[in-house]
Amino acid sequence: MLQYLVRRIVQMIPILLAVALLIFVVFSVIPGTFASSVGADGRGMLDDKVIERMNEQFGLNDPVYVRFGQYVLDLMQLDLGDSFRTRRPVVEELASRALPTLRLIAGSMLFAIVIGLPLGFLAALKPGTLLDSVSMVTAVSGLSIPKFWLGLLMMFLFALTLGWLPSFGYGSGGLRHLILPSIALGVAPMALLARTTRAAVLDILNADFVRTARSKGMSEIRVVRWHLVRNALVIVLTTIGLQFGTVIGEAVVIEQLFSWPGIGSLMVDSVTLRDIPVVQGCILVIVLFFLVVNMLIDVLCAIIDPRIKYD
Amino acid sequence: MPSSIQGLSTIRILSQYHANLWIGGILFALIVLAGVFAPWLAHTDPVMDADLMNSGLPPGHDFWFGTDDQGRDIYSRVLYGARVSLTVGIGSQLINTVIGVALGLSAGYWGGWWDDFINGLTNMMLAIPSLVFALAIMAILSPGLTSLLIALGLTNWSFTCRLSRASTLSVKSQGYVQAAKVLGYSDLRIMATQILPNILGPIVIIATLGMGGAVLAEAALSFLGLGIKPPFPSWGSMLSDAREQMMLAPWISIFPGLAIFATVLSLNLLGDGLRDILDPQSRTRRT
Repeated sequence: MLQYLVRRIVQMIPILLAVALLIFVVFSVIPGTFASSVGADGRGMLDDKVIERMNEQFGLNDPVYVRFGQYVLDLMQLDLGDSFRTRRPVVEELASRALPTLRLIAGSMLFAIVIGLPLGFLAALKPGTLLDSVSMVTAVSGLSIPKFWLGLLMMFLFALTLGWLPSFGYGSGGLRHLILPSIALGVAPMALLARTTRAAVLDILNADFVRTARSKGMSEIRVVRWHLVRNALVIVLTTIGLQFGTVIGEAVVIEQLFSWPGIGSLMVDSVTLRDIPVVQGCILVIVLFFLVVNMLIDVLCAIIDPRIKYD
Repeated sequence: MPSSIQGLSTIRILSQYHANLWIGGILFALIVLAGVFAPWLAHTDPVMDADLMNSGLPPGHDFWFGTDDQGRDIYSRVLYGARVSLTVGIGSQLINTVIGVALGLSAGYWGGWWDDFINGLTNMMLAIPSLVFALAIMAILSPGLTSLLIALGLTNWSFTCRLSRASTLSVKSQGYVQAAKVLGYSDLRIMATQILPNILGPIVIIATLGMGGAVLAEAALSFLGLGIKPPFPSWGSMLSDAREQMMLAPWISIFPGLAIFATVLSLNLLGDGLRDILDPQSRTRRT
């Protein structure tokens, strides 16, 4: 297991480097620079000489290959450069935003699991019933609804009209601020989880080992606990892992809607201002997070299901 | 199978008559028609007919969906918004599908270093959430329809690529592919005429479901102010305007959101329906 873990960690390095190269290439073809976009947003025109001086200062006049070499060297030392806007190191900017994003993602995944898993499970155990129909209609609706619209509607209902919850912001980090954004972000993974769980459980219910267990007189509770849950869990966990990617992506929009001080809103602000080092840093952190989560889930699957062998 | 399935249940009836295919297909067709005939169906011009005398009116006889803060008819703007969403949804998904199939099919067919390279590329793309990547690309391009097509068309092909590669591998060894080789067909001809038609089914399903995703992504980017720039109506940017008016005029945010929801729902139902027909294995699993 330890060997496997080490190998998986080593395997992440080329992917991360490739992503770093990709985003560097994408951003080095950028037509304007930060300096020119400061002048272009109407807050005041910059003199050509000032633009030239800013480009010089940020090292934007060097040839592309020099910049990439420098970039990789810095990356090795966990130096992601300085923000064009605040002049602070990107690593610092990211660190101050990481916790809110982690809390938001954890909240939304918790919502998805707590609602989606039982929904799919019950639907599969009672196929064709009203419960099954309702849960599957919920699932397809949850996959189709725009998250930020749902967030907007919930904001209107629960915050502005009923006054139960704060409408936006992080507050002092309490749970009340976390509820609405977590639900808005968690609806899509909840829906997908319900569908996947239902399909997985139905598959397993028809499997030979379940029929054998039943025919030898095993009680229904034991069948569910021993055979169903363990087998379905692997499929469900894999789905959760893959959903993390989508959730991190959508978090960008939800954070912006709820003025949540996370990595997503940092990225949107930086994209608008062309603060390229910060954008690059955000993407790298998001990719790293996604890879780490999926690695942990693979390991978890191997622990749950001894048939999975990783050589 | 448990006996409760045997009875006439809603789900059974739905799947028997391919109800999702029909509901999804008809709904989607209606939305396409609404977009195509927007100039005839709309009551006013979506951009020019701003009249501050009518600003913030609730839905009523003259303005079916109400008016926004600048007095523009929301009904007309929602109709025109369909054009943006459908163009981006269909267009970007076409680009994704062409890229994904071309890379996946060639990788599966040729194998070797090309296959390794494409595999690496796909793994990398799978690690970057597509909305995040699209957002980064929009940082480079100026907001607009073409930029949206590029940003969303280049970032979501990895799944199609994997699928095409896997299907190609299983089709490649079939007798008719070998026969075509013996007949001296060129590689490109074999790929286009022998393999492609046989792997198309699952790809069509993924493309349909992906269109729904692209419509959502366009709305999200426009909502963030990085997609279609106002005043031209896009459902996403209309919702972004609506945010400030939430308390005074909630209807501004209801209708564009409903339009996005209906479009994505229709595509998801259509995709599910197609899966039931084209992939019989999943049908037995779902009923």
